[in-house]
Amino acid sequence: MLCDSQMQPERVVDARGLTKRYGAQTVVDNVDLSIRRGECFGLLGPNGAGKTTTLRMLMGATPPSAGELNVLGFPIPQQARQMHQRLGVVPQQDNLDPDFTVMENLVTYASYFGLRGAALSQRIAELLTFANLDAKAHAGIGALSGGMKRRLTLARSLINDPDVLILDEPTTGLDPQARQLIWQRLRTLLAQGKSLILTTHYMEEAERLCDRLVIIDKGRILVCGSPAELVQQHIEPHVVEIHGRGMDEWFNVVGQQWVQRSEYAGETLFCYLSDERLLLNALCERPELHFTHRRANLEDVFLKLTGKELRE
Amino acid sequence: MNHLAFPTVSLRCLPVWRRNLRVWRKLSGPALIGNFGEPLLYLLALGYGLGSFIGNVSGLPYIVFLASGIVCTSAMNTASFEGLYSAYTRMAIQNTWGGMLATPLSIDDIVLGEILWAGTKSLISAVPILLVAAALGAVHDGYVLGVLPVVFIIGVCFGAMALVVTALAKSYDFFIYYFTLVITPLFLVSGVFFPLSGMPDAVRIGAQLLPLAHAVDVVRPLMTGQPLPSLTLLYLLVPLLYAAGAFWLATTLLRRRLIS
Ligand SMILES: Nc1ncnc2c1ncn2[C@@H]1O[C@H](COP(=O)(O)OP(=O)(O)OP(=O)(O)O)[C@@H](O)[C@H]1O
Ligand SMILES: [Mg+2]
Repeated sequence: MLCDSQMQPERVVDARGLTKRYGAQTVVDNVDLSIRRGECFGLLGPNGAGKTTTLRMLMGATPPSAGELNVLGFPIPQQARQMHQRLGVVPQQDNLDPDFTVMENLVTYASYFGLRGAALSQRIAELLTFANLDAKAHAGIGALSGGMKRRLTLARSLINDPDVLILDEPTTGLDPQARQLIWQRLRTLLAQGKSLILTTHYMEEAERLCDRLVIIDKGRILVCGSPAELVQQHIEPHVVEIHGRGMDEWFNVVGQQWVQRSEYAGETLFCYLSDERLLLNALCERPELHFTHRRANLEDVFLKLTGKELRE
Repeated sequence: MNHLAFPTVSLRCLPVWRRNLRVWRKLSGPALIGNFGEPLLYLLALGYGLGSFIGNVSGLPYIVFLASGIVCTSAMNTASFEGLYSAYTRMAIQNTWGGMLATPLSIDDIVLGEILWAGTKSLISAVPILLVAAALGAVHDGYVLGVLPVVFIIGVCFGAMALVVTALAKSYDFFIYYFTLVITPLFLVSGVFFPLSGMPDAVRIGAQLLPLAHAVDVVRPLMTGQPLPSLTLLYLLVPLLYAAGAFWLATTLLRRRLIS
């Protein structure tokens, strides 16, 4: 399906029919993407959905099996080198140089872009501050926490002052504080006008950061839109999660009538409904049933579209 | 993309080379001793131990004869090790090359940088051996500086060959076979420990098709002050051809492996 921007501001990524096959397996299947300059664009999907493979095609690290791809106006993979001058990458797996200090990592990575001299020193000083790593400039990589490594990888990806930043799960494995810091930095980059393309398994992250996103599964785009649009279009506005003894019976006889859609996840029943009041009133009379009520969010959309079972 | 195209030669390989140099400088102490410790032991033990039985070989005291062979062997081993274990670590374990490929560097640049680095490592390993050999009186001055470019060529040749193996390797275990099946036989038939003149014709002629024997044939007169073979440059063409072929093959295989 097509994920297109309505207006036509400058696009940093333009992909038509992007497809990747490994042997008989189609890992990315006829994907169309159009990403605008200055937006934060998210790729969401379960493990193995094809997010990393899609990003790897965008950055010219693997050629598409079919389809047309332009990044920053360059045909990819043919002109990947020119595009790389203006691209920053935070890969899913850290590949910092373990033999180097923080500073040496930045200097060395800069040399791959042909950067050196006073301007570079200035840039590195700024990036160390940006990444909150001033105190660690001369520390070895082994002495960094997971959050610091991620921040260093982010700083490194900015060394060439890129227009587009590709971030593959930038906050996976980080504690909430470390994640908040990365979010804040990414917002700063957006304010500077950079375009971000990121994948994440944290729906909250996508909801907060992404202007638009796609949910992909088995290599196909399921939906595309802003987080708010997706929630509005694809799911009832209220969710009540219920568990407790006697719930099944109560639900079949009483609860069901007020609920549009319901689904089990483990022993918890998820009820989706447009008007929550009658259900909540009834639940208040059953102290043995535990429940929480909340507004529907992106995670509900995600689970509805990709299913609640474990994938791999 | 054409995987088979001959690799582009570009100055962009220099940052790759410089990165390796930077790592080596940090870790140089232990690496240096590891590099020339073993060849030095061979030189001393065999040169004096065996030499006292053998006397002169090809008109030279045995330790003098041996010193030039050890310099070449050390260059070959150092470059092979660099192109196998160290390069494999950068490729598969640390994903250093993956990081480089997200920048304007290409596989061609990485392979060329690694090859030049292997040549440099060979130089680094040969210099201390040359110094010790000189201190033992096993070096005839005059042309001895001419040894260095030859050592570099040996390093480039064996570094490139090792990268071909690395491009195919699934794990470190793979490299044992390369050492056992290629490097060790090669160094036994290349005139390092004994002159090839005593070997059967088939071995002698076969050895002439291999890269190391020629290098030894050029390094030995340079170190001992004997006259150089009349076709010196032609001799060096053999390791250079191997280097070019391996450069192309390694790049081709790595394009297939890393960009798929
Ligand atoms: N080089 C490869 N060769 C063969 N199959 C591959 C290769 N790379 C990826 N795949 C397969 O493609 C599918 C998609 O992988 P990909 O890494 O793109 O998923 P992902 O969405 O990034 O998953 P995750 O959330 O776990 O990171 C998987 O089934 C994976 O096994
Ligand atoms: Mg992934």
